[in-house]
Amino acid sequence: MLEAIGLRSAEDLFDSIPRELRLQRPLNTPAALSEIELLDKFEQMAARNPAARRISFMGGGAYSHYIPTIVDHILSRSEFFTAYTPYQPEISQGTLQTIFEFQTLVCQLTGMEVANASMYDGSTALAEAVLMAERVTKRSKAIASTAAHPQYLEVVRTYVQHAGIHLELVPFDERTGQSWKSLAETVDNETAALVVQSPNFFGCVEDVAALADAAHAKGALLVVVITEAMSLGLLKSPGACGADIVVAEGQSFGVPLSFGGPYVGLFATREKYARQIPGRLVGEAYDKKGRRGFVLTLATREQHIRREKATSNICTNEGLIALAATVYLETMGRRGVQEAAHQCAQKAAYAARAIAGVKGYSLPFSGPCFNEFVVRGPSKATDLLSRLGEDKGIDGGIALSRFMPDRQNDFLVCVTETNSREQIDALVAGLAELGRG
Amino acid sequence: MQLSFAPLRLCGKLLFSMTTGITKVTTHISPNEQLIFERSQTGRIGYRLPALDVDEVPLEIPAEFRRDDDLEGMPEVSEVDVIRHFVRMSTWNYSIDLGMYPLGSCTMKYNSRLNERVARIAGFANLHPLTEEHDAQGALQVIYELQQHLADITGLPGISLQPAAGAHGEMTGIMIIRAFLDARDGAAASHRRTMLIPDSAHGTNPASAHLSGFSVKTIKSTAEGLTDLDHLRELCAHGEVAGLMLTNPNTLGLFERNIKQICEIVHEAGGLVYMDGANMNALVGIARPGDMGVDVIHLNLHKTFSTPHGGGGPGSGPCCCTKELEPFLPLPRIVKSGEQFRLDYDQPRSIGRVKAFFGNYGMMLRALSYSLTHGNDGLREATEAAVLNARYVAAGLIDDYDKPFAGAPMHEVVFTDKRQSRKGVHTLDIAKRLIDYGFHPMTIYFPLIVQGAMLIEPTESVGRQELDQFIAAMKSIATEAVEDPELVLNAPHDTRIGRLDEASAARKPVLRWKPSTD
Repeated sequence: MLEAIGLRSAEDLFDSIPRELRLQRPLNTPAALSEIELLDKFEQMAARNPAARRISFMGGGAYSHYIPTIVDHILSRSEFFTAYTPYQPEISQGTLQTIFEFQTLVCQLTGMEVANASMYDGSTALAEAVLMAERVTKRSKAIASTAAHPQYLEVVRTYVQHAGIHLELVPFDERTGQSWKSLAETVDNETAALVVQSPNFFGCVEDVAALADAAHAKGALLVVVITEAMSLGLLKSPGACGADIVVAEGQSFGVPLSFGGPYVGLFATREKYARQIPGRLVGEAYDKKGRRGFVLTLATREQHIRREKATSNICTNEGLIALAATVYLETMGRRGVQEAAHQCAQKAAYAARAIAGVKGYSLPFSGPCFNEFVVRGPSKATDLLSRLGEDKGIDGGIALSRFMPDRQNDFLVCVTETNSREQIDALVAGLAELGRG
Repeated sequence: MQLSFAPLRLCGKLLFSMTTGITKVTTHISPNEQLIFERSQTGRIGYRLPALDVDEVPLEIPAEFRRDDDLEGMPEVSEVDVIRHFVRMSTWNYSIDLGMYPLGSCTMKYNSRLNERVARIAGFANLHPLTEEHDAQGALQVIYELQQHLADITGLPGISLQPAAGAHGEMTGIMIIRAFLDARDGAAASHRRTMLIPDSAHGTNPASAHLSGFSVKTIKSTAEGLTDLDHLRELCAHGEVAGLMLTNPNTLGLFERNIKQICEIVHEAGGLVYMDGANMNALVGIARPGDMGVDVIHLNLHKTFSTPHGGGGPGSGPCCCTKELEPFLPLPRIVKSGEQFRLDYDQPRSIGRVKAFFGNYGMMLRALSYSLTHGNDGLREATEAAVLNARYVAAGLIDDYDKPFAGAPMHEVVFTDKRQSRKGVHTLDIAKRLIDYGFHPMTIYFPLIVQGAMLIEPTESVGRQELDQFIAAMKSIATEAVEDPELVLNAPHDTRIGRLDEASAARKPVLRWKPSTD
């Protein structure tokens, strides 16, 4: 081939790179591994993650839910996972129709009118929602509470730091673990976005409808963020409560924990704001013969057309993970999503009651919970949880001191449909044993 | 060969006309698979959960906080319904596994199944991101090792794997530049808010600069297709330049041979140089941005390091920077202390967090697997093959298509429709006709500065035979454009649907399914 194009050596291919800029040595990365050696290396590293083998009650933005076998099967089809962004609709209808279904499912769950083709994850979707609220309202203040996921708040802070938006944090109610009252009291005529997470980081459900009224009375948009999307199977949709933008982490819908990603951000809003939405949108279209198809649409919002005036810089999104969520939601369907949500809530209620009955343990917040709740233990939560992991093979939750240094004894417990009663009883017994010192 | 096939065809005909007398009156449902919502049947289910094993109690959640719509409209289908639904739809997609995907600037290379297997190892797939670091040492080791590989490949030692895609990495890199300038210049930095971007750049560049609070000034390209140094000097003369965002090789597939000088001009003006790493597939193992004077770069693991595009994502857009910029990288950093890997939050000058948890971890596993299976020699060989393939296509099409820039291309080459448009055949038509020949079209109408651009990037994942077929297809289309332009203008001819009316779709957007109201 070199000969065919008139070159003598591979080195000649790089003649346009000045010689002094060319690397004169091999890379320092290791020599090639065979498949056997490679798998062995990764299996050895995987073995150094003992937490992956434990019974887990960890949530806090990433959840262990049942994943039907067919999800990964569909995902692994070449035609989906090795396809590019569907810029050529005639040969991308599989991807495009899937996204159209994904957008519809997100609308149905959130109670909203339009949804996009996905964002990177829940945290960046929230940041984009705040930026969108600023565009819609032409105001520059966002109000959120300290009961929202701490990492989500950090991401919002990073995104808005140069956009002239001020992020104000209000405290939550120490008694209920909820924040809707303080949020409703703080919203004012300068507020672009009133941000509420429900269920919040402590698992407590907020009064979203009350917040919608409070936000709208001041001309602000209500942004609802959800980290545990399974809650949508049980809780009133944010749309029905009056939300203007709803964002969520979709990992609960068929996506493995995978140490934090790739996950999928859901983004939904009202139809009147469709042209302010960030990211890709798929719409219905017809060909000359009147056949229905689907196509990327309203692209004039996007960076490849509008450049610095685009609604967002996002290009690549989470297509394949949106497919996973779509397969999951269609397989579980109308009944399955509700049943899974119901089981989460019932099992969490069972666990909460049992733990509250153990000497030395209490539930510090009175607000109603979905499938996560805060437990106050008799001693430092980090020590307690680490002993529970090592001695009993149970990851009992997340120590809140990692995010809130004044909460040394508090930890967040999450229960899903995958946790059997036997596992919950083992958790309770383990906590009781360790609580005795 | 003919002998063995002919009787089969004959046999088929006989079956229809004589044995059964069946005449096909309808086509199979596959090409007409409905939306899942249109297939839904009340009461059908496709899942089973274990029976609830705790005593049911009234929930504390008040009734007014609970759903009362019974999720009406959500699909009710069986498992086999779902399987057929998606398998049928999958047949409407082109994919890398079907053939060459010559999308310029997108680097559609083969996605190794081994990488997929690695990402599914239970010890990673089942690991919660908030696991305490001593219980996730293996997972952190993967991040750390990949950081080491990327540092060596780019010549830039500070790495964050947190950004989820290229544009996210760009935003991170530009915010790092801003934080650095603010720390260096204090209040004076507020006058330094201009980002220079070539007119050939990806749209994400200006969008990311805007998100980081910069205004954008456009640098012209020369007739040769390279950055105009005089224009760059002129723009740098006024003291407000924070930096330059440059793709190298640029989006015309040309290496910016003055890159060292470009970096010096920007540095002397007090700015920093950001490199868009979208085209790193032309450089891995050959040349390193760090050695060229670049301060910060993002990589696309979903391009250069073969993690699958998945119909539009997920990506992974690591940000790599100089030692000087390292303190500004997102939190947490993943570092090694002795034999232990740990999360370092003690970086007060960091721009902050850009994503929850650690980034698209599953993509990191695949990328490390890619690097390890290629080895250092293999990484370089892949680059050589990618550039060789692009050069081969460039040589193969030069007689039939207008090549606007004379320079030798690196891993991608740009042509235009200049010759074909005289007959009314444009880039879009050529792209659509290519579909009839069994190929995915190239990137079209990008870069924006080239009228009727066709940007072709074959990557290393294609052999000479298929390159020859691609070249033959393109040549044939060039002939058709002269002899039978209508044929090209109405392409594609054998796809499930024809060209869609995108203008109407945008005027009255239908973005979701709704139950019919009749």
